[in-house]
Amino acid sequence: MTRTGIYRNRSGTSDSETSGDDGGGGTTVMRVIVPLQGVVQGRGGLVLGSVIPCAFFYFLQFYLKRNRRDEPEPDPDNQNSASSPGSEPNNSDSSSELTVLSRSLSRVVTSPRNSGTHVSVSGRANSILRGGDSPGKKRVEEDPYDELDNPDGIIELGLAQNKDLVSDYSKEETSIGLSLSGIASYEPSDGLMELKMVVARLMSEATKNTVSFDPSQLVLTSGAAAAVEILSFCLADSGNAFLVPTPCSPGFDADVKWRNGVEIIHVPCRSSDNFNISVTTLDRAFSQAKKRGVRIRGIIISNPSNPMGSLLSRENLYAILDFTREKNIHIISNEIFAGSTHGDEEAEFVSIAEIADTEETFDKERVHIVYDLSKDLSFPGLRTGAIYSFNENVLAASRKLTTFSPVSSPSQHLLISAISKPEFIQTYVKTNRQRLQRIYSEFVKGLKSLGIECTRSNGGLFCWADMRGLISSYSEKGEIELWNKFLNIGKINITPGSSCHCIEPGWFRFCFSNLSEKDVLVVMNRIRKVCETCKSQD
Amino acid sequence: MGLAENQVSFDLLESYLEKKNPEGSMWGSKGALGFRENALFQDYHGLKSFRQAMASFMEQIRGGKARFDPDRIVLTAGATAANELLTFILADPNDALLVPTPYYPGFDRDLRWRTGVKIVPIHCDSSNHFQITPEALESACQTAHDANIRVRGVLITNPSNPLGATVQKKVLEDLLDFCVRKNIHLVSDEIYSGSVFHASEFTSVAEIVENIDDVTVKERVHIVYSFSKDLGLPGFRVGTIYSYNDSVVRTARRMSSFTLVSSQTQHMLASMLSDEEFTEKYIRINRERLLRRYETIVEGLKKAGIECFKGNAGLFCWMNLSFLLDKKTKDGELELWDVILKELKLNISPGSSCHCSEYGWFRVCFANMSENTLEIALKRIHEFMDQRRRFLII
Repeated sequence: MTRTGIYRNRSGTSDSETSGDDGGGGTTVMRVIVPLQGVVQGRGGLVLGSVIPCAFFYFLQFYLKRNRRDEPEPDPDNQNSASSPGSEPNNSDSSSELTVLSRSLSRVVTSPRNSGTHVSVSGRANSILRGGDSPGKKRVEEDPYDELDNPDGIIELGLAQNKDLVSDYSKEETSIGLSLSGIASYEPSDGLMELKMVVARLMSEATKNTVSFDPSQLVLTSGAAAAVEILSFCLADSGNAFLVPTPCSPGFDADVKWRNGVEIIHVPCRSSDNFNISVTTLDRAFSQAKKRGVRIRGIIISNPSNPMGSLLSRENLYAILDFTREKNIHIISNEIFAGSTHGDEEAEFVSIAEIADTEETFDKERVHIVYDLSKDLSFPGLRTGAIYSFNENVLAASRKLTTFSPVSSPSQHLLISAISKPEFIQTYVKTNRQRLQRIYSEFVKGLKSLGIECTRSNGGLFCWADMRGLISSYSEKGEIELWNKFLNIGKINITPGSSCHCIEPGWFRFCFSNLSEKDVLVVMNRIRKVCETCKSQD
Repeated sequence: MGLAENQVSFDLLESYLEKKNPEGSMWGSKGALGFRENALFQDYHGLKSFRQAMASFMEQIRGGKARFDPDRIVLTAGATAANELLTFILADPNDALLVPTPYYPGFDRDLRWRTGVKIVPIHCDSSNHFQITPEALESACQTAHDANIRVRGVLITNPSNPLGATVQKKVLEDLLDFCVRKNIHLVSDEIYSGSVFHASEFTSVAEIVENIDDVTVKERVHIVYSFSKDLGLPGFRVGTIYSYNDSVVRTARRMSSFTLVSSQTQHMLASMLSDEEFTEKYIRINRERLLRRYETIVEGLKKAGIECFKGNAGLFCWMNLSFLLDKKTKDGELELWDVILKELKLNISPGSSCHCSEYGWFRVCFANMSENTLEIALKRIHEFMDQRRRFLII
């Protein structure tokens, strides 16, 4: 509790400094009243004495905020007062977090790059963390009975598993030559370490090995949807919200909202900005939510983005991370298409992990990544997603929650044996990228020849096409009409921008990754047919 | 083209697996050709062949006394996920499910953690073999009512964990009547249905519903099943919700996207379970072996002077050690548990973790170790009891 006090004192001190006279005693109220009195009585000296320091303070803040990105070591005092008002609402809620994380907190107080309180996890996650495992289970793990090696060990009679009676029978009789031993039993629901090592390597490969991912910070789930759901549960309580820049993946609505009771506040990005995420709009959305009494717990971005397929620049990522630090919220980076980047060499994929690596430990705790083997490796049926986090509490709570969304054991073993060779991963990712690039350029060229422009895409399995010229009315209705035409006349199923919550009607997502080069021609012909129908109707 | 799936580099994987993984059998009867279908398949309906195989397996367990429609089967990654998902669908946060005690300790997690739903216990005791009585049901309802909690359903486990006994047909019928009267749901977790020692002794709620035409009665019944216990495949994570309620089936199917069963697993098991000769033999032999183990352990405990609850199913027995308790309280029971863990080096489950209203009961599992190990466990118990007898005499 004392620590919370320290923050309050700091902001208290700087507030009183700005209200004018720093000489003399008296309450803050007096200091406001005195200058006003001075104004009334025409004593300009006091007016100047109060107005000028105020103005100076505000301009200094403005200047520092704008330039903070370029300064790795900004003025600590001003940094504190800038961030503590923002973090104040979290002080009381995170005080329990403060006591838990006391060791790192002392670093916060003394280190120069001191930028605010620890970001908190949800109350729900905390109560899950408090419930421990059964003590008997731990003791058995420490001292397990073995006929030869440990005859005095503890015999496990608390596990309702049909192991001995079934296993040899299954081995004899199954006609499909399955070897069940070693894969049939209960395993840690957050995935085998060998598979985590493979996933970590894949994720590294996607960043061209600029980031090295630690397998012990991975939690495997049955697909990316489960990963996003679990993270939403751990980071936000019911009634809280996440900021999601749009257009976004259509799946987030289900993953975040359905079973968690967490809201999504869409932050629209515009074609005039190339659909880039601007911190100004994020800030505006955050303040509007706060006014309505909605607590924002984090922001969810996709990189490469879905549906645009664009790669977020390093500067943009820094700015977004700064924003989350300032508001003391989390960031979930959906990087499921990280291995599916293609195109020009200058466009590089930068993982949020790389940006986070440059931060202090307590700031990394707000960064979480979602990954999915299914997109990069074409394995959607095997259901293997992952949460990568720098936050121990989130990892611990997520591990427990994977009991509801675990990865199937035979699939884990298959993946381990199939893709653990580093050469395979390298070759695969490289070839995958080349092929995606080929199909992508064919596809975009084809669309261009039909008069349809796409935004520049360097990642993902799709392109984002501007078909505003083809819709009958500039509205969602017009967009859906066009979508219907594509489906019924063109016999092509594409995703309308409204499903991605795009605020501008007329944009569509085309996924090209399950097409061969021959198919591209077929698709182009069909699209031409639809375009002609639209033009003739005009 | 609305599906962001990558098939661009699929062939690389296919050829790699063919070369390096001659266990093409992993993919079912089609071998490596089956890989493409497996890897890309992610329909939350689940493979039709797998659902059919699962439906027919469930019918076989019930001796054909009930039929299962594969289209009512919703696949989940384990019964844990199935129970949680059903709870999400049937109840809102702060509502309650009535669950008879003693019950599987995992329910506290599965039914409550993320759903915000409460469990109100239906107290059962040894005076009538822990059966659910109408009085106990009414009393639980009253408790909920007094606390201003809305009850949405009753969740039973049949055969029961930790009792290791089937629920009698009459009790099931009364339970269904109760649910109709109170206008609530009935969930029957039948995860141990294939582990009943004598098939004739098991009555599934499906049998009762089979003879009912009234949809308003049928649609409040839901069954949870899994292969973890009967087939000894807990690592595979295959569970199901079988519901007679169309809206529940539709909703559950959509929400199962968070907990889908791996397609490879579905293929693997579909092949195995469609072989009816194999499944029939398996079910029969599994039952015989479980019965033999059960008899061994109960006999062994009897010789040591310990009585067990008369069970007829499951992978465990429910043992009565109340005579060993210094004080008949939860602490007394946990002290005894600690002694058994530290001195006998046996990990068993205390009744209090199952919310049993009587102290001194313990659940002992017998199917997860070799016969030798079981003998050794019994030996340790014998020695302990002998020591104790000598000590008391002195």
